[in-house]
Amino acid sequence: MNMENMTAVPIAGSRSEQSAGYISQAAGSPPHPEADETIIGLEVHCQLDTATKLFCACSTDYRSDGPNTHTCPVCLGLPGALPKINRKAVEFALRVAKALNCEVLLESVFSRKNYFYPDLDKAFQISQYDKPLAVGGYLVIEGDKGEKMVRITRVHMEEDPGRLVHKGGVDRARYSLVDYNRAGIPLIEIVTEPDMRSPKEARRFLNKLRVTLEYLSVFDSDKEGSLRVDANISLQPEGWFDREKKSYKGRNRVEVKNISSYKGVEKALTFEITRQRNVIRKGHPIEQATRHFVETQGITTASRSKEEEQDYRYFPEPDLCPLRVSSWVEQIDLPELPDARRARFIGQYGCSPNHARTLTGDLKLADFYEKVAGNADPALSATWVADTLIGELNYRDLGIGSVTPSHIIELVNLVKSKTLTDKNAIDVIRAILDGILQKQPAETPSQVVKRLDLGATDSGIAPAAIADVIREQPQAVADYESGKKEAFMFLIGQVMKKTRGKADPAELNAMLRDALDGRGQ
Amino acid sequence: MAHSRLSFTPDDRVNAFLTTCPEPEYGTGRLEGLAIAIKDNISTKGIRTTAGSRILEGYVPPYDAHVVSLLLAEGAAIAGKTNMDEFGMGTTTENSGYGPTLNPLDTGRVPGGSSGGSAAAVAAGMVRMALGSDTGGSIRCPAAFCGIVGLKPTYGRVSRYGLIAYANSLEQIGPMARTVGETSRLMQVIAGYDPRDSTSIEQPYCHTPDKNIQGRRIGVPEEFFGAGVDPAVAAKAWEAIEVLEKKGAEIVTCRMPGMAYALAAYYVTCMSEASSNLARFDGVRYGPAADTKKPWHEAFQERRGTSFGKEVRRRIMLGTFALSSGYYGKYYAKAQAARQQVKLDFIRLYKEVDVLAGPTMPTIAFRLGEKADPLSMYLSDILTVPANLAGVPAISVPCGTVDGMPVGLQIMGRHFEDEAVIDTAFAYEQAVV
Amino acid sequence: MVFERDVEHIAGLADIGIVKEELDEFTIQFNRILDYFDILDTVEGDCVYEQDRYNVLREDVISPSLSQEDALKNAGETEDGFFKAPRVM
Ligand SMILES: [Zn+2]
Repeated sequence: MNMENMTAVPIAGSRSEQSAGYISQAAGSPPHPEADETIIGLEVHCQLDTATKLFCACSTDYRSDGPNTHTCPVCLGLPGALPKINRKAVEFALRVAKALNCEVLLESVFSRKNYFYPDLDKAFQISQYDKPLAVGGYLVIEGDKGEKMVRITRVHMEEDPGRLVHKGGVDRARYSLVDYNRAGIPLIEIVTEPDMRSPKEARRFLNKLRVTLEYLSVFDSDKEGSLRVDANISLQPEGWFDREKKSYKGRNRVEVKNISSYKGVEKALTFEITRQRNVIRKGHPIEQATRHFVETQGITTASRSKEEEQDYRYFPEPDLCPLRVSSWVEQIDLPELPDARRARFIGQYGCSPNHARTLTGDLKLADFYEKVAGNADPALSATWVADTLIGELNYRDLGIGSVTPSHIIELVNLVKSKTLTDKNAIDVIRAILDGILQKQPAETPSQVVKRLDLGATDSGIAPAAIADVIREQPQAVADYESGKKEAFMFLIGQVMKKTRGKADPAELNAMLRDALDGRGQ
Repeated sequence: MAHSRLSFTPDDRVNAFLTTCPEPEYGTGRLEGLAIAIKDNISTKGIRTTAGSRILEGYVPPYDAHVVSLLLAEGAAIAGKTNMDEFGMGTTTENSGYGPTLNPLDTGRVPGGSSGGSAAAVAAGMVRMALGSDTGGSIRCPAAFCGIVGLKPTYGRVSRYGLIAYANSLEQIGPMARTVGETSRLMQVIAGYDPRDSTSIEQPYCHTPDKNIQGRRIGVPEEFFGAGVDPAVAAKAWEAIEVLEKKGAEIVTCRMPGMAYALAAYYVTCMSEASSNLARFDGVRYGPAADTKKPWHEAFQERRGTSFGKEVRRRIMLGTFALSSGYYGKYYAKAQAARQQVKLDFIRLYKEVDVLAGPTMPTIAFRLGEKADPLSMYLSDILTVPANLAGVPAISVPCGTVDGMPVGLQIMGRHFEDEAVIDTAFAYEQAVV
Repeated sequence: MVFERDVEHIAGLADIGIVKEELDEFTIQFNRILDYFDILDTVEGDCVYEQDRYNVLREDVISPSLSQEDALKNAGETEDGFFKAPRVM
């Protein structure tokens, strides 16, 4: 075991053992940063959605409780307390490893990552170092130029540190307040190869990863702070980056830490590209450095702390035994993953590729859609859920969880049977969602239809309205009969006014034309 | 559970106790009403626990160590917390942040360490039994120096949950008493599986000592009688081994080549682990408060610089060095390789013999201040560290005196054969009473 | 051979306070101790210390946590249920 080279993490017995040879600023690299290739790799930390922490039996459900209410001797780092590995966390991590097509190592070992920081209860983080859980996988994403494979370097488990709070803002507080409720929450760290070529691809990777983890039932992206990302980015003259050898023949890379949202990744990287281009344009070299993303301002700042050149003095955690879980992988039955489900939605429900992508892009949404599609016309349901419902939910900042599938089933069936026009169906959705926003008792679509009198005309109302209009607008009728096309539009408008949108416009159109044309005969 | 109270007001002239409990409660069970002293690195709920360090001044654990729960469940009374070298780092109990403990047999001498307070409390008759902890000899050394019995159990046999860690992979809590029988009795209560300790093993100890050692093969490693071992002490140990031979044991001399680097392997390992274990004492969650007006690293350095003793800081620095980038391979990794060699030595020898025997310590108890140089103090652990490196059980039983001070006979056994170690020690003890 | 500046560097890495007067003493002691450790260079082979146990795991079942009061009881300074710590600058 050689730990002397701290630049790249050596992985014992892995396929991707070659270490990165980062070569500093090559002389004479062309000053045309706009034409450069953007090289992006990610380190993603996700909280695993277990009931208890990684090494103790404290509940992970801390978000709505006061500080330091979910701690025990173990996660407070009290002298004498001992960690014990949560089996569920290992199983969850293995599911992820399998879904990301990784090779699970025969033996993996928890190590201590030693550094001094007030949010770290033991002054070391129990993590995995030279023997991670799994190595060498990939995830297929929608790239800028079609589907592409982003390679996964390694997947390992570690514990979350506590949380620091700074009263009066991070710039002004004289001291830190520490809450250890988060300390010990299981994290999985997923490290990619530098395979992404734009901030958009990075965001797509994250989205795909998020959905995949949700499909595996190991992650809840709705929980605040459940995902954190470090990104490394460099701009390389075209063809200067060697994908196989991971070598940067051109410029140095910069690591951006502290990104905690999906949108933040794209923002941080976009900012960083602009910043690096400006540096290059001025003819300055890019320093290999760590920068911090300031979410509120959408910028990255140089980090001043001594944490960057830390010597973490990793060594195996003597209070834990190694894992030998590679054989468990065979027993894992992976659920249907997003790509497979998307294909099935197209085949089974006749969804358009776009609808299928949208619907499967979120586990809860996909489940919701399937409930609807099982009880209403599937293709029509896809349109209503993917096009209308999501837009209306997003507009109100509501999640799919706030709507009941039965309501949408009823709605789609009302539309299908032409009891409700498209236009009024949208009004029904809006009324239901507004009711939810105002915390009113839930209304079914038919209740809304009744309350607002939005039901489609029965055959009686439309002919009466048409007859009335023909009687009341003799001039327009005469114009129509004399061949003026605009007169028809005017008349239909009058009829719709009388039916208050409850009639299907196409049907009304036909009925009015019949009525007008029939008069002469 | 507690029914009655004990009166415990010892005449502690040797500074054996850091904390005494004048009226401890006790219940019913196998240790009913028995006052037991607990080494101060074992967490006791509601009773101050400092591990002999100023950095834990005033710390009152909100939980009991597993062994303490077991003692209480069997009706024992916690008499108090005993002095020790700070965090267990020493062979004399002079490195305590609260002043040294003196040897009750000669107050000009040390009681040994690091469980010197526990040994002195038993030797002075203040309590009948005590708990110590043994990382590299910390139970056996003071037992030998104070003329009592002390057992370091097989690694994993007694839960470490609640033991303030110094070197996790090496240490065990163990019983100390005046006789082998009482040592065994305390072991019955504290051994057993604890789900909270990942290194704990389902292997209860339900043994009553048996003095019949007919046919037992006792290995005597030459290295235990080699350079650095006081010839008078070596002679006492030999006499004791001959007593065992007379009782029917077969004596086999043997070699343990790993002894050459055992001490270095031990010190690199324990210093490395300690450098990490002791970093948590930052004055935020417990212990004297860090100065929140200062920047973090400054406050942290100040807290550690002023509250840790010199030996602790020395070991933290050396351990940090041994794990640091560029030196890990030379020190920590090599120490693990050496440790494996020592373990293999034991495994090989235990194919030929049932137990190994030799002196516990190379000398009798040092005079106070005699081991001022750290390395010379480290060297005195040479005979006790092999058992910790290999994780095997080892006991020290008194075997006579040199210059009026007691000498200990050390008996080491196979993994999980603490019973054989107890029986051999019992056979010797019974033969010489 | 380590020098005073190495000891200072190690003290910095260990984030441990030492005073100038101790430096000389620590340096001399470190050299003696590290010289002794050189015996490890004679260890042959690349064998590693073997852990004989693995997959020691617990079930994902919640136990009660400490009360906030008990969690904070030993702290030097607290504020609104938080521990108070010096700031990292
Ligand atoms: Zn906990």
